[in-house]
Amino acid sequence: MSRFLKVAAAATAAILTLAACSDDSSSDITTPPATGSEADVTAALQKGGNLTVWAWDSTVKDVAAGFEKKYPNVKINLVNAGTGDKQYTALQNAIAAGSGVPDVAQIEYYAVLQFAIAKSLANISGYGASGLKSSFTPGPWNAVTPNGGVFGLPLDSGPMALFYNKEVFDRYGIAVPATWTEYVEAARKLHKANPKAYLTADTGDAGFTTSMIWQAGGKPYQVQDTTVRIDFADPGATEFATVWQPMISEKLVAPIPPWTDQWFKALGDGTIASLPTGAWMPGNLASGAAAASGKWRVAPMPQWEAGGQASAENGGSSLGVLDKSANKALAYAFVKYASVDEGKDLRIKGGAFPSTTADLQSPAFLNTPFPYFAGQKANEIFAKSARQVVPGWSYLPFQVYANSVFNDTAGKAYVSSTTLADGLKAWQEKSAKYGTEQGFTVK
Amino acid sequence: MAITYAGARAGGRRRRRSLEGWKFAGPFMLVFALVFLAPIGYSIYLSLYRNRLIGGNSFVGFDNYTQALQDAQFWSGFGRVALFLVVQVPIMLLLALLVALAVDSGRLYGKAFFRVSIFLPYAVPAVVATLMWGFMYSNQFGLIGNINDALHVTLPEPLSADLALASIGNIVTWEFVGYNMLIFYSALQVVPASLYESAEIDGAGQFRIIRAIKLPHIRGALVIATIFSVIGSFQLFNEPAIMRPLARNVITTGYTPNMYAYSLSFSGQQYNYAATVAIIMGLITMAIAYAVQLRGAREK
Amino acid sequence: MGRRRSAVLTVLIALVAIYSLVPLAWLVVNATKTQEGLLSSFGLWFDDGRFALFDNVRQTLTYDDGVFVRWLGNTLLYVVAGAGGATLLATLGGYGLAKFDFPGKRAVFAVVIGAVAVPGTALAVPTFLMFSRMGLTNTPWSVIIPSLVSPFGLYLMWTFSQQAVPDEMLEAARIDGAGEFHTFFRVSAPLLGPGIVTVLLFTVVATWNNYFLPLIMLKDPQWYPLTIGLNSWNDQAQTVGGQAVFNLVITGSLLTILPLLAAFLLLQRYWQSGLAAGSVKE
Repeated sequence: MSRFLKVAAAATAAILTLAACSDDSSSDITTPPATGSEADVTAALQKGGNLTVWAWDSTVKDVAAGFEKKYPNVKINLVNAGTGDKQYTALQNAIAAGSGVPDVAQIEYYAVLQFAIAKSLANISGYGASGLKSSFTPGPWNAVTPNGGVFGLPLDSGPMALFYNKEVFDRYGIAVPATWTEYVEAARKLHKANPKAYLTADTGDAGFTTSMIWQAGGKPYQVQDTTVRIDFADPGATEFATVWQPMISEKLVAPIPPWTDQWFKALGDGTIASLPTGAWMPGNLASGAAAASGKWRVAPMPQWEAGGQASAENGGSSLGVLDKSANKALAYAFVKYASVDEGKDLRIKGGAFPSTTADLQSPAFLNTPFPYFAGQKANEIFAKSARQVVPGWSYLPFQVYANSVFNDTAGKAYVSSTTLADGLKAWQEKSAKYGTEQGFTVK
Repeated sequence: MAITYAGARAGGRRRRRSLEGWKFAGPFMLVFALVFLAPIGYSIYLSLYRNRLIGGNSFVGFDNYTQALQDAQFWSGFGRVALFLVVQVPIMLLLALLVALAVDSGRLYGKAFFRVSIFLPYAVPAVVATLMWGFMYSNQFGLIGNINDALHVTLPEPLSADLALASIGNIVTWEFVGYNMLIFYSALQVVPASLYESAEIDGAGQFRIIRAIKLPHIRGALVIATIFSVIGSFQLFNEPAIMRPLARNVITTGYTPNMYAYSLSFSGQQYNYAATVAIIMGLITMAIAYAVQLRGAREK
Repeated sequence: MGRRRSAVLTVLIALVAIYSLVPLAWLVVNATKTQEGLLSSFGLWFDDGRFALFDNVRQTLTYDDGVFVRWLGNTLLYVVAGAGGATLLATLGGYGLAKFDFPGKRAVFAVVIGAVAVPGTALAVPTFLMFSRMGLTNTPWSVIIPSLVSPFGLYLMWTFSQQAVPDEMLEAARIDGAGEFHTFFRVSAPLLGPGIVTVLLFTVVATWNNYFLPLIMLKDPQWYPLTIGLNSWNDQAQTVGGQAVFNLVITGSLLTILPLLAAFLLLQRYWQSGLAAGSVKE
């Protein structure tokens, strides 16, 4: 009984507190630099302590172990709080509740700006992060440094490449396409020769769509403090919508949802013959579509202009220090260890694709043969792609929401007579409406 | 509300009013207040405010309610669960009633086997159930795909825009036919045998007996099952939400009002608006459950 | 009652039974396949020549340092504390409503049913925020406390108590001067047996299958119940360097439902009579 009374009393108190506490987020958007210095980091490491780290990337486990070994007075509590948006939900809940917030969290690049603007992530430039610019490739570095601050360090990256099943390509006499127009042609040819086979699968994915527009030179999102411009009618977005439309209307894309068992099955048995995606894919292919080992290869991304050299990033995550962390200096030390120091080497060994320029240039890395790709040195292609990422891309400060409604809007193009261009327009409108409701100036 | 008349009547006789009863009902009500009433109260409070990423929290009165009542997405989700309610619930309850009557009739071979096997799906977690049906529905490699290949036909896709709701209804039916069947069957078990005997002496046929004796006797069970099914339909969430990765373009974030409230608060951080949607749905559900109960009482 | 059995009716009901059992058959069949066989063989039949059930079970129990066993232990904890507590509260509450007249009684059930009509998923965030302030999130309490309330159990025990415990017996005990709790445990509780078993089974199923609430409340896999754990394995395929373990997800699903099925079959004599009494009363 008394337990219940206590809990009930606590509940009442909790409601009263919640009712009383109005939100303190102000309209001031520029984040002040973190108070702190490199000396604080050294001191924190000497002092030691406990850190809670939220990450779903399996290679972070080795990093935590390595860090504890190097600094025995630090104890890392590594928690897998869900993948992607599931973890962001948990993180936002914890931040809203004001308790249970981790010290360090894995944040995908598309979500960094959102957490930075909400002041959930600490600006770690003071701890020496701003000096690391040259250590990383430009795409990931730009993603973690919006509004002149540093809100995390790049963990991995996903420069895009075309993964293809060479056996299927050879059987149907398909050459590796150099442009997207050729790609669409190849899709027609393959599907005609074998109606059960598709050149690729696409059931509408916000990450894929934005990456393709990014590669096409589109800049649909432009963000200046609280002013946001969304334009899916710009040349890059239009180019993508026009070229990709026949892939959907002629049913040339396999209607198989990604990451399901049937998707992996289709990658393994030749039903899906290629995937334009990020450089983190090899590990997933090797474990999910083991049946096709030795059949797949990697090629540079097809281009929007013949002879072009453009690429884009797809996916990839950073590690950020939470503003509510009680030990930011120590948290930063862990982030640095995981992204540029020994932790990064452990991660590469575990199959992660790095975002560090030194590794992308190191012969040992570039010469690594991939058994799944019949010994091909695929890293050469990925590293080149990382250098060719089109600069100037930005995500929305509410991209997590925008991505969540992609299939409600643009997704209609995949299941009805709506065109991709109209679908993107609907996506733009819905995103803009949300932005306005949240207090942004949307143009 | 709905069932009060049942208990109040039988319990009130010749006993002094005292606080003694609270010693028994108190613990339940305390926990209930903590996990139901407090969050509802907090939701009502939230529904009067609006919190923005830029600009903070402010009191907006009933603005959220006005917005929700004009929100096309909310009403389209509502229309969908209403359709679900008028189609799936009758099918499920009729099927359950049919099986219960059949098992009760004593005319089945292997009745114990049927009783248990039809009930088994209830023990399967929704996550697992949806995983299994997701496979069955796959037109690439699943059962539909297998049938297409074997018979050289093209069956319609279960998760296409036209059929997705029916496919979800099928999963829910699969999960709960046995559960409802058992409630009906158990109610039938306690119909006094003397009634049947006199009916048989009168020469009444099976269908007469069902209509004149069995159905009236299990009305209470029918009303309860209907009320819980109404609540279940309006709160439809697990099955479409877990099925969503297989058909994102069809099963939208606002597919059902409950999914809409969920995505508002979790993807969009719009706690206030989500609370408003939840409260409106709660009021509508209560009104309909109440109507079902009144009708059940009147037909006595 | 010695009526003629009907083959036609049996066939009709058999169709419903097949409908109920085919998905379960799929689960059993596919639990015997390797990750590779799962993707390359016909779904409703065994994979030729490879029977990996025992290997799958072994892998499921040992994968990731045997975390599945830990999840199983958590689930048992939640079931014992949550379903056990819910049954106790519902029994006491239902009995109190059936056998006592007290101020506010009429309001109790109205409030309970009214609150149940509000979508629980939408209350998740307020509940989470409250629990978080109380320091309960990411602890077993955050799963157990909400499990303690079973409105259906309350209803069932209410109607069951009215019927199973004669007022005369209570009056007799009161005349003897026994306290109400003493009377409850000595006189009434034994009579409530079948009702209690029934409520226990329903709350066990509800807790065992609980998915949504732990998903929000728990962040540490060390506290996951089986349902969340399995889903996290299912999600694992899409992470960098993540291993696709659909075979373990399927075998784990099978292992998850087996204890429930066993409990149903073993206890069916009791809960069927409990339900009978509870649902017919109006």
